[in-house]
Amino acid sequence: MTNAGQLKNVASKYGILIVLIVLIIFFSIASPAFLTSDNLFNILRQVAIVGIVAVGMTMVLLTGGIDLSVGAIIGVAGVMAAQLMLSGVHPVWASLITLAACALLGAINGFFINTVKIPALITTLGTMTAIRGVAYLLTGGLPVFGFSSSFKMMGQGYLWIIPIPVLIMIAVFIVGYIFLNKTVYGRYIYGVGGNEEASRLSGVSVQKVKALVYTACGFLSGLAGLVLLSRVNSGQPKAGTSYEMDIITAVVLGGVSIFGGEGKINFVIIGVLIMGVLSNGMILLNINEYVQWVVKGLVLLFAVGFDRFITRRKTISAAAA
Amino acid sequence: MDEKPLLEISGISKVFPGVQALDNVSMSFRKGEVHALLGENGAGKSTFIKILTGAQPPSSGTIRFDGREYASFTPMQAKQLGLSAIYQEFNLFPHLDISENIFYGRELKKGIFRDKKKMDQLTAQYCKDMGIELDPRTLVKDLGVAQQQIVEIVKSVSTQARVLIMDEPSAPLTNREVEAMFRIVRRLKANGVTIIYISHRLEELFEICDRVSVMRDGKYILTEEMSNMTREKLIAAMVGRELGESYPQTQKSSSEVVLEVSNLSNDRLHNISFQLKKGEILGISGLVGAGRTELARALFGADPVISGQIKRGNLTVKFKNPRDAIANRIGLLPEDRKQSGLILDLSIRENITFGILRTLSGASFIKSNRERTLCDKLIRDLQIKTPGMEQKAGNLSGGNQQKVVIAKWLASDCDILIFDEPTRGIDVGAKQEIYVLLKTLTEQGKSIIMISSEMPELIGMSNRILVMREGKIAGELARSEFSQEKILELASSSV
Repeated sequence: MTNAGQLKNVASKYGILIVLIVLIIFFSIASPAFLTSDNLFNILRQVAIVGIVAVGMTMVLLTGGIDLSVGAIIGVAGVMAAQLMLSGVHPVWASLITLAACALLGAINGFFINTVKIPALITTLGTMTAIRGVAYLLTGGLPVFGFSSSFKMMGQGYLWIIPIPVLIMIAVFIVGYIFLNKTVYGRYIYGVGGNEEASRLSGVSVQKVKALVYTACGFLSGLAGLVLLSRVNSGQPKAGTSYEMDIITAVVLGGVSIFGGEGKINFVIIGVLIMGVLSNGMILLNINEYVQWVVKGLVLLFAVGFDRFITRRKTISAAAA
Repeated sequence: MDEKPLLEISGISKVFPGVQALDNVSMSFRKGEVHALLGENGAGKSTFIKILTGAQPPSSGTIRFDGREYASFTPMQAKQLGLSAIYQEFNLFPHLDISENIFYGRELKKGIFRDKKKMDQLTAQYCKDMGIELDPRTLVKDLGVAQQQIVEIVKSVSTQARVLIMDEPSAPLTNREVEAMFRIVRRLKANGVTIIYISHRLEELFEICDRVSVMRDGKYILTEEMSNMTREKLIAAMVGRELGESYPQTQKSSSEVVLEVSNLSNDRLHNISFQLKKGEILGISGLVGAGRTELARALFGADPVISGQIKRGNLTVKFKNPRDAIANRIGLLPEDRKQSGLILDLSIRENITFGILRTLSGASFIKSNRERTLCDKLIRDLQIKTPGMEQKAGNLSGGNQQKVVIAKWLASDCDILIFDEPTRGIDVGAKQEIYVLLKTLTEQGKSIIMISSEMPELIGMSNRILVMREGKIAGELARSEFSQEKILELASSSV
């Protein structure tokens, strides 16, 4: 059992790293533009949005939940911050207010899931649609631009040679890592996803844990929305559309179980990079956008299929022992 | 009378990476016998069943069934040959009715439609053949556990099962239901069905089984006529040493009342009143469904209390949730450790400290040194057999899992511990260790409420026994009054 378990762990841990390396080698050969430092930083900057939210999504999936509303929150965050700044609010305040509002949206998800007891999938499907609608309503469907250029720093600036969005993503991952691995609530997140009833009977407030992860996920989506706004310099109500797809795929590729309780955030970063390399490589190779959708969809199915496969193998060998 | 065996297993081994689950096991089963298969947890019984039902192929060896030799079966083959198993967890569809369950996957048809009427008739007939009355149109979810088990049996028999493997069939049943199940087993036997009967309850083996085979550590130990065996001999064969189930001397409890319950009621409990004294083991007996687990959950704040009062020492307390109970130093070791006691994906260490992380942390950061020291000590104290504290709880044997749950509550330093079926599904050796442990706890001044379906264990361990029936306390027995007959009488007499 232990040997098989170790082997499986090695396969599931390094399997994903091997996929990343193979992709990088493939695109390097296929396109001369791929393996340039400019392009590599470009990839990192592009994945920053997905990466920031992936940390929140990891926490949500670990509890056994899911959050489909992240893309919509990214959109509403951009629109809201843009409008606040246009109406004369200082960019720092506009950002803070937007972040608070997005955390609140996450908390609302938590409320429906905890208190009204609607499954997370349905709750966030509902809020995803409603929040996207709000984003369009706020602007009348039009983009919002013309706000202070000092706000550009967040999405377009560099610290030495490293893009600021990448730094933000790295910081979020570090905080997420410490939170999940070193703190009481981090442990509770794993426990609630592994066995909710046992967690409750251990005296853990399951509802608090769930409220926390959805709030955090909303907050991080808001942060990602601000970074995106700052990068494109205009608040688009459609911004972030279908990002939930890339984000969930990245997290599941990183080995977080869709059934909760299992997964390490340090592998999620590899999942995020795979998604980034894949998008970037396909664009460099001039692959039709529609084909890209097909590929991304299949990658999600592959990632979840692999998770199922591992789970099944585990049940079989556990039953055998 | 030298009948040829119907099913003969020769030299079967099964190797999993790192584990030899079965080691050259040979056994034979006659037509129309009830054959007990006995062994501690981890003896290899489950793997043995899986090979017989085709769920897993053996690494080596042969199976001879009805004159033909096989290296392994597919599950389909096993079914067609008439090898069938009823597991502890039933494989029924709760939202389908009885006859739909019985004919699932082989529905009778009339043209392109299914012939429901015919299936209902046949189902009713099958039930009648076994001497039971069940309406084929009852939904399975509306049946009690015993009736669901009957549906499982009928399902197997209706597929012309020739060998029926029953894994702990009596575990979920009350005594009366066990009697009914035995009647069915005897009927099957008379019809020439071979029954392989697995149970931890030794008494019932003497009642129902003709022969017994014992396994230990994946090896075959012996096969004997049941009439030549005694309880002691069986236990000795299982554990490989002479070991009676002996109970440590119980302590005299003090008169200090640590918990007083008056007129506690909710939808499953009616006017429950009792006292728990410091350092005593208060046994709670009763049939399945009498409300024992419900009482435990209500005391622990896991289920709501509608009326009544709980006094902890001199203070009246109200528990809205388990956290409140834990804050009052009351712990619950739930009945089903996999469902509600453990987080199987987490390590032993994470499970042990899960309830007390706050006390092990500063500013919400877990102090991993303290965590490790504590786990190290508890693993040693409780003799949890594991390569290390990072082992996942799901990989441990039943007895060791139970010890992890106990360790978790010892870590929490509760004064009152409610043990719901502490030795269920645990092998004899581990049971013994848990008994000693319970006694040690009472010596340290802790009070224990012990719910158990095993009467010898209750009688052996408790200072007093409360007997429950239909959500009420049917009576209280002092140690001098303990007897199985008295408990049964209180538990089952209808007023």
